[in-house]
Amino acid sequence: MPKDDGIGAATVRREDVRFLTGVGQYTDDIKAYGETVAVFARSTVANGVIKSIDTTTAAGMPGVLAIFTGEDFAEVGGNPAGWLINSRDGTPMHEPKRPVLAHGKVRHVGDAYAAVIAETLEQAKNAVEAIEADIEELDAIVNMKDALAGSNYVHDEIGTNQCFDWGWIEDNRDATDAAIKGAHHVTTLELVNNRLVPNAMEPRSSRAEYKAAGDEYVLHTTSQNPHLTRLLISAFVLGIPENKLTVIAPDVGGGFGSKIYHYGEEALVLAAAKKLGRPVTWTADRTEAFLTDAHGRDHVTKIELAMDAEGNFLAFRTETLANVGAYLSNFSTATPTFLHGTLMAGNYTVPNVYVNVKAVFTNTAPVDAYRGAGRPEATYSLERVIDKAAREIGRDPIELRRQNFIKPDQYPFASAAGLEYDSGNYDALMDKMEEVADMAGFAARRKASEAKGLLRGFGVNAYIEACGIAPSNLVGVLGSRVGLYDAATVRVNATGNLSVMVGAHSHGQGHETAFPQVVAEMLGIDASTIDIVHGDTSKIPFGMGTYGSRSLAVCGSAVVRATEKVINKAKKIAAHMLEVSDGDIELKDGQFSVAGTDKSVSFGEVALKAYIPHEFPLEDIEPGLEETAFYDPANFTYPSGAYCCEVELDPETGKVSVERMTAVDDFGNVINPMIVTGQVHGGLGQGIGQALLENTTYDENGQLLSASYMDYTMPRADDLPFYTVDHSQGNPCTHNPLGVKGCGEAGAIGSPPTVVNAVIDAMQSGGKNVTHIDMPVTPHRVWSAMQNA
Amino acid sequence: MTKVTMTINGKSVAGDVGGNTLLSSFLRDDLRLTGTHIGCDTSQCGACVVHVNGRPVKSCTMFAAEAEGAEVSTIEGQANADGSLNVIQQAFQDHHGLQCGFCTPGMVMTAAALLKENPKPTVTEVREHLEGNICRCTGYHNIVKAIMAASGQDVSAIAAE
Ligand code: FES
Ligand code: FES
Repeated sequence: MPKDDGIGAATVRREDVRFLTGVGQYTDDIKAYGETVAVFARSTVANGVIKSIDTTTAAGMPGVLAIFTGEDFAEVGGNPAGWLINSRDGTPMHEPKRPVLAHGKVRHVGDAYAAVIAETLEQAKNAVEAIEADIEELDAIVNMKDALAGSNYVHDEIGTNQCFDWGWIEDNRDATDAAIKGAHHVTTLELVNNRLVPNAMEPRSSRAEYKAAGDEYVLHTTSQNPHLTRLLISAFVLGIPENKLTVIAPDVGGGFGSKIYHYGEEALVLAAAKKLGRPVTWTADRTEAFLTDAHGRDHVTKIELAMDAEGNFLAFRTETLANVGAYLSNFSTATPTFLHGTLMAGNYTVPNVYVNVKAVFTNTAPVDAYRGAGRPEATYSLERVIDKAAREIGRDPIELRRQNFIKPDQYPFASAAGLEYDSGNYDALMDKMEEVADMAGFAARRKASEAKGLLRGFGVNAYIEACGIAPSNLVGVLGSRVGLYDAATVRVNATGNLSVMVGAHSHGQGHETAFPQVVAEMLGIDASTIDIVHGDTSKIPFGMGTYGSRSLAVCGSAVVRATEKVINKAKKIAAHMLEVSDGDIELKDGQFSVAGTDKSVSFGEVALKAYIPHEFPLEDIEPGLEETAFYDPANFTYPSGAYCCEVELDPETGKVSVERMTAVDDFGNVINPMIVTGQVHGGLGQGIGQALLENTTYDENGQLLSASYMDYTMPRADDLPFYTVDHSQGNPCTHNPLGVKGCGEAGAIGSPPTVVNAVIDAMQSGGKNVTHIDMPVTPHRVWSAMQNA
Repeated sequence: MTKVTMTINGKSVAGDVGGNTLLSSFLRDDLRLTGTHIGCDTSQCGACVVHVNGRPVKSCTMFAAEAEGAEVSTIEGQANADGSLNVIQQAFQDHHGLQCGFCTPGMVMTAAALLKENPKPTVTEVREHLEGNICRCTGYHNIVKAIMAASGQDVSAIAAE
C-alpha cells in the first residue's frame, strides 16, 4: 500500500499552521533587549559625485548612536559577481567594485551613501534627514543604446558602459550566419523583455548581533541561501571569519530571486552591531524595496528564425542588450548568458544557434535573476518569433512547433546551444494541453465573445528550461566562482525521530512538508516523526540554497544519499541485533527483518541501539546514527511544458483579460502534487503580471517612476483567472535519484509568450494585422496598435 | 505620549503611544503581536489587516490612539478556543492557500470580514473583495478556492489540488 505521507502524496503543509496563526518568525519579528534601528540615507539622483557628507548635526540628534558613510568601508572589500564572463575577444568582463556604502559617486536612485543607527525608527529617520550631503548631479545613463554609444560612464575607471560582449557559441557564429543567409524564409522580431521588480511581500530585512564574549556575530536576514551570504561576507566583504559568523534566514516571505544576493545592508548592520555592542535591525520599506532590490529581465532583443521551404527550423540568431544596472549583483552576469543563451535552441531540433549578449551598465538598480532568470527571456524570444513565423508562412503554430520538436526517441539530445537534454516528450505535452484546455471548444467560445463585442485570441507556447543548477565542474569551466552542489544531514535521534538538516531554504516552497515525505518513503516511517532544519549556518551543512528550481533536484538528492547511508548503517546494526549478516537484512515499513524469516527489529529499536551501544560491535561500527551527503548533479534537469491561454480583448478600450490559462508541465516525478501545483499557479500569476500589467519605468533622469504599489501594477485577485494545471506527463530525470526536474519557475517562463501570442491572435481575428506588441500589453498599447494597423 | 486602552483578542491591554504611532506598530512593536505584517508604505497590500470593532482595517493606516476603547482582533486571536484552526484557516491549509505566509494574516482577516457580510459569495465577489490584498506567491487561485470552501460552497469544479 502506498504511504499516505510519502512520495506522491498531496499532504497539506505542516508549516501552514504557524503562518495561519500569526506565529511565524520573519526577520523583522525578532527582537531582544537593547534593539536599535538602522536607516539609510539614499541618493535621490541617479548619477552624482559625492562632494561632501556632513553628519555633524545628525550625530547630535536625540537617540542617534552612530553614523556610517562610505568612508568607513573604503578599506573593506566589494560585493563580488559570482560568475566571470569573458567577452568574445577573450577579455574578462568589467567588474567595478560594489561597496557597502557608495563612496565617491552615487550610481542609482536609492544608492545608499550613509546610515544612521538610533534608538528608534523615528529618531533614525529624522537624523537621516539632517545629514547634509553635497552631491553634484551628473547626466544619468538610462537607455542601454545611449549608454553604449556615449562617453558618459557609470564607472569612470572602466571607460565603457559595456560590461561584456558575449557570444554563444562563438564557434557556431559563421554556420548560423550562413544558414540564415541561405534560408528559404527568415522571420525577424525585435522585442523588449520588460524590467520587473520581484516584490516579495516581505521586504528585505537584516538584523545583526555581536557577542563580545566569543567575538561572534549572528546575522538574521531575508535570504534564500544563508551559507552563500556568509561566504560572501566572510571571504570578500568584511572578512569576518566564517566560524565567527552565523547567518540565519528564519521564515522568509517570498524571494523569487531577489533574496539570493548579498546586499550592503547586511554588512552595515554587522559592522554597526559590533561598534555598538547592541542588536541593529534594518527593514526596508516598500519604496526602498522598489529602489534597491535586484530587478529582473530588462532585455532588448532582436531574434531571427531561418526556415527551409518545408518550415524546418534551420537557425536561431539572437542579439540582446541586457541591462545589469549600476553594479553587478551576484548572479547578474550568469543570468543573461548561461541561463539564457544555452536555452536558445528551445524544444527544437534546430541545428544552428548563435546568441550575442552585450551587458550594459546604467544608472539604475542592479538587475539579476528573477523567477526563471534568463530562461523566461529565452522562451519569450523563441516562442514569439515562432508564432510570427507560422503566421508569415501560413502554418498552424502548434503544427509548426510539432514538426520541429525533438522526438522522444532522440534523448539524450545534444542541443545546438550546447546542452544535453536527458528526457522529455513535447508532443505528449502538446496532446495533453489540447485535451485539458478543451481546444475543440475554442471556436464556440470565440463566437460567444464576439457576440459580446469582444475579440478572443488563442495563444500557445512550448518551453524547456535548465534547472537543478548545477554540475559544479561544468559551471566552473563556464565561469562560476562557486560550486552548485547541495547538502543534507540526516540525524536519527535516539528515540527514533529524525532531524534532517538541509542546505536548501524554503521561502514559500513547503520544504518542511516535502522533504520529510522523501525520507518517510525511504525509511517506511511516519513523515510526522521527521523534522527539517534549515536556514541556520550553525546547524546545517554548507548548502547553496534555494533558487533555479533546484531544492528538490539537488538538495533532495543529497537527502536521498544521506538517507541511504543511514539505511546502510542501520542495516548493519540490525544485522548485529538479529545475529545475521547485513546482506540478509531488508527494510520495509520501518522494520528491519531477516529475509525469509519472521525475525525483525523496528527502526526505533535500531535507533536506540545506535545511541546506547551496549553489546555493540564497536570494532565494525561507530555508535550513533547520523549521516551527511553532498550531492553534485551530473547535469542540469530539463523541465518542459506546453501552455496555452485564451484572452478576451475589448477593441473599444484595448483592455485584455486572460479567460483561460492551461499549463501542462513535465516535472519528472512529483513528490507533493499539491505543492507543485501551487508553484505553477504562482509562476503563472507572475507571468501574466509581466505580460499584462507590470512595468518598471525610469525616466531620462534615472528617476524610478514606478516605485510604489500606486504606480507599479501588481497582479491582484481580480486580474487573474483560475488556472488549469497538469503534470501527468512526467518523464523522470535520468540522472538524479528522485527523477525530479524542478517546478518553481515553469509558470513564469511559460506564460508570458502564451499571453502575448493570444493577444496578437485576438487582434488578428479582428482584422488587424498586428504582428508584435511589447509587454506589458496595456490597454493603451493594444488600442494604439489596433489604430495603427 | 498618550495612554491607550483597548481589547485585543479578548484581552484588555494598555500602553503609552505617541500621537503618530500606528496601530500596526503598537501591535507589532509594543505588544509583540508580530502576526500582523507590514508589506508596503502606501496602504495597498493588506498584509496588516486587523478587525477593529468587527470591521476590517488596514492597521498601517490607523493611529493606535484612534483605537482607544476599541475591540481589536488580529490573526493571533483567530484559532478556535482549543487552539485548532478555525474554518477559514483550515480551508487555507486544506486548499494550499498560502506559500510564504507573509500575506496570509491579512488574507485570513479580510476573508473573515467578507464571509461575515456575505456568507455565500460568488467567485467574482471574492476576487473583488481581495482587491486590497496582494499575494505574490499563489497567483490567488488557491486563496479564492479556500475562501469559497470556507463559505461551505462546493469547490470541486475549481481545478484540483
Ligand atoms: S502594510 Fe498596510 S496596506 Fe500594506
Ligand atoms: S503567500 Fe507569499 S505573499 Fe501570499
